[in-house]
Amino acid sequence: MAGPGPRRSLATRLGRWAIVLGFAILLAFPFYWMAITSFKQTADLYDVEHDPFIFNAPPTLAHLRYLFEQTLFVRWFWNTTLAGAAVVAITLVLAVPAAWALARLTGRWGQQLGIGIFLTYLVPPTLLFIPMSRVISTLGLQDTLWAIIVTYPTFTVPFSIWLLMGFFKAIPRDLEDAALVDGLTRFGAFVKLVIPISLSGILTVVIFSFTLVTQEFVYALTFISSAEHQTIGVGVPIFLVRGDVYYWGSLMAACLIASIPIALVYNLFLDRFIAGFTVGAVK
Amino acid sequence: MIPAPAVVDALRRRRGPSRATWLGIALFSPALVYILALVGLPLVLAFLYSVGDVTVGSVGYRFVGLYNFRSVLASPAFRRALLDSFVFTISSQLVVIVCANALALALRERFRGRGLVRFLVLLPWVAPVSLGAIGWKWLLDSIYSVVNWVLAQAHLVNRFDPPMWLGQPALAMASVIAVHSWRMIPFSTVILLAGLTSIPKEIPEAAAVDGAGFWRTHFQITLPMMAPIINVAVLFGVVFTFTDMTVVYILTRGGPYDTTQVLPSLAFFTGVLGSDLSEGAAISVFLVPILVVVAILMLRVAHRAEIA
Amino acid sequence: MAIVETRKLTKVFGKGEEGAVNAVDLETRDGEFLVFLGPSGSGKSTLLRMIAGLEEPTAGDVLIGGRVVTRLPPRARGIAMVFQSYALYPHLSVARNIAFPLKAHGVPRERRLERVHWAAQLLGIGHLLERRPRELSGGERQRVALARAIVREPTVFLLDEPLSNLDAKLRASAREELTQFHKRVGTTTIYVTHDQVEAMAMGNRIAVLEKGVVRQIGTPREVYNEPADTFVATFLGSPPMNLVEAEDVIAGFRPESLIPLAMVQGPAAAVRFRVTLLEYLGSERILVGVIEGGRFDGRKVISRVATASSGGIGEGTAHDFAVPEQELKFFDRATGKRIAPRVLQWR
Repeated sequence: MAGPGPRRSLATRLGRWAIVLGFAILLAFPFYWMAITSFKQTADLYDVEHDPFIFNAPPTLAHLRYLFEQTLFVRWFWNTTLAGAAVVAITLVLAVPAAWALARLTGRWGQQLGIGIFLTYLVPPTLLFIPMSRVISTLGLQDTLWAIIVTYPTFTVPFSIWLLMGFFKAIPRDLEDAALVDGLTRFGAFVKLVIPISLSGILTVVIFSFTLVTQEFVYALTFISSAEHQTIGVGVPIFLVRGDVYYWGSLMAACLIASIPIALVYNLFLDRFIAGFTVGAVK
Repeated sequence: MIPAPAVVDALRRRRGPSRATWLGIALFSPALVYILALVGLPLVLAFLYSVGDVTVGSVGYRFVGLYNFRSVLASPAFRRALLDSFVFTISSQLVVIVCANALALALRERFRGRGLVRFLVLLPWVAPVSLGAIGWKWLLDSIYSVVNWVLAQAHLVNRFDPPMWLGQPALAMASVIAVHSWRMIPFSTVILLAGLTSIPKEIPEAAAVDGAGFWRTHFQITLPMMAPIINVAVLFGVVFTFTDMTVVYILTRGGPYDTTQVLPSLAFFTGVLGSDLSEGAAISVFLVPILVVVAILMLRVAHRAEIA
Repeated sequence: MAIVETRKLTKVFGKGEEGAVNAVDLETRDGEFLVFLGPSGSGKSTLLRMIAGLEEPTAGDVLIGGRVVTRLPPRARGIAMVFQSYALYPHLSVARNIAFPLKAHGVPRERRLERVHWAAQLLGIGHLLERRPRELSGGERQRVALARAIVREPTVFLLDEPLSNLDAKLRASAREELTQFHKRVGTTTIYVTHDQVEAMAMGNRIAVLEKGVVRQIGTPREVYNEPADTFVATFLGSPPMNLVEAEDVIAGFRPESLIPLAMVQGPAAAVRFRVTLLEYLGSERILVGVIEGGRFDGRKVISRVATASSGGIGEGTAHDFAVPEQELKFFDRATGKRIAPRVLQWR
């Protein structure tokens, strides 16, 4: 136990350690299991007599090789990256100016509108996917990556506006006033002052939007039917399964490879995302 | 001396909205248009479809009133899904909130390795949900389940007739709830942690000076102060759970015998795979009341936060 | 250099918002240091921000150098402003902070460098140019803000409580520096503060504001010695002017005018003064007490006397005190406005 504070009793400390360790193991175990499974030989995996926790046969890279050479995994990876970049771009173009407008320019009803925007984030894909599939096919986008590029900003834009509003409000008004006096237009102050100052907030939005593209499942499953246009989130669990046959080794390898980088990046920005979720209930 | 309100109003009207306001409107409109087109319009369509006759191939639109609602209400599958949705949401939220509270309290103080623990604890939330779920499908495999292997080693289950976690109705429901809780616990934990760290250190210290023990401090000071943030965690949890179909879809596809079917997955099977857009939309619309309740409660939290 | 003028300048706010301004007419003199002094919510900052163009007036006009600028944005008014928080751009170095207004106005790079060095020299911050604002002390930030304001040679300087973020010790020296600075550059300066010491020390003239109205405008000597009404009388001076009411008039006298009777020469209003509380301030003492007897019996008054000349006075004792007649000010009891001297019966 580091840091100041009253010294706790041994029981309290033991209790805390038990809880922390217990949950850490429980929550992270599936990922550990993905790692083990990825490197086990197929024969080792599918033998009920084997102790599943150890390598009964030497580790193998066969599943990884299969994943990268025989499946569309790399393709899905690129699809995800591409869609992610496009969604990030759309989100920034729509959300950054809107958030600043709501935070600064629209006065009293800006706050109300901001909350209204935030509430649209609560509208789930499972309520919209049926009419949305009609909209998508009317636009002629069904079964293309564009289908999700166009629809994903429906979650990223509202949440990003909400998140950025918090950032922009934290910028002292004096700074923008000073820029106005110093010779910029309001819009100039936004572009040359507010945006550079808010880079960390904007980066948060970038990460949030990108990870959301990797995480979303329902729209991608609904709008995209062919395997080669899929993202990782749907491609791996749906299209890596041949009929009823699960290739667990390569499947788990794919899960692990896709999860860890996203988790690492997300973890760095966690506190800022949380600030967006607390709706001002935490100051 | 003070100008009469009417005079002031006239002066204001003459000048109209300020340039700043016009700029604000210009900057906000693209986002608003987008949201209206891709959230507002589909939302309206969802309601229209639910009272109409629309299938994947159909061209026109025929108003059929409450026909779709009557039809889904009469269907045993729907009633089962409605019930399952509530069971799924309420049980997993109970598990989540209890676990997240314990975990947040345990993680509150800094200790060596806290960063690593936080990363591990967060994995289920930050990793793509569909991939986490497919991982669990392997963990709960009917033959090679490591869970069963451990239980068999501990002689808790019969090695030769292990439980079919995803194949028996009650167990399947429990599994789905457990996996969804597994995914939601990290999210609630970090929200609660944010609430905990926002409690000024002096308050529990004052309680300690006043002679309150750990449990008294927890139940009479910490928990009440955390109430708003717990509300937020639960409200998000309810929305994310009640409207989610990923875990169910990947683990069980609603089976066995539709016993784990929830409203969103049923809507998907009916409206998207079954091509009956109207009936699917009608099922989806049953999500709305819950969402409205959550939205209202959320507004109250936000409103209170603003006043404070 | 320019004259700033406001004509019936008015700002109406919604309910619950402070700082409204009510039809203010005032005019600076060319090159003067004019202070807006008033309590918080008096509208002094709003007035300044309307002159700057940061706040849109509800009615009335602002003129700078004889030109109506009411509808012009801040950047077109030829002004520079120093904010209470200094508003230094946190992501830019000191040099780039100072160069910011030049860049915004499209000044070529060569000239920019020249001007930045000139301003930095003037304020003695040449060694800080590569630092970021967060690496500066309060005093240094204030100088950078001034440098940024001076760099493009504005016709008017607007300063919004620029010293209130400094600690007390630094404030005194910064006050002196600002005065020196104004003397050197000679630019018309409007300075907003709620601190009367700053106002008295720095202003060529002081405009005292309350509830959006200018109560008095005049030199520090005028507003202190010849207050236009009871608000100005009590807002300036510490402790404030004593006010005693009699029928339709209010009589006022400064604490330093209430002195032992023995020290007074010429006609004076004499009272019996019982000291109830004594504050020792070194060279001076503050005596809080009540008048005993006469028509003002029981009135609480304050006296400020030199420690040397008040040796025998202690708490609880009563003494003969007096106010020289020329130090007595009279105000109308109904309006609070200053009126001609009267003769009052004191005892």
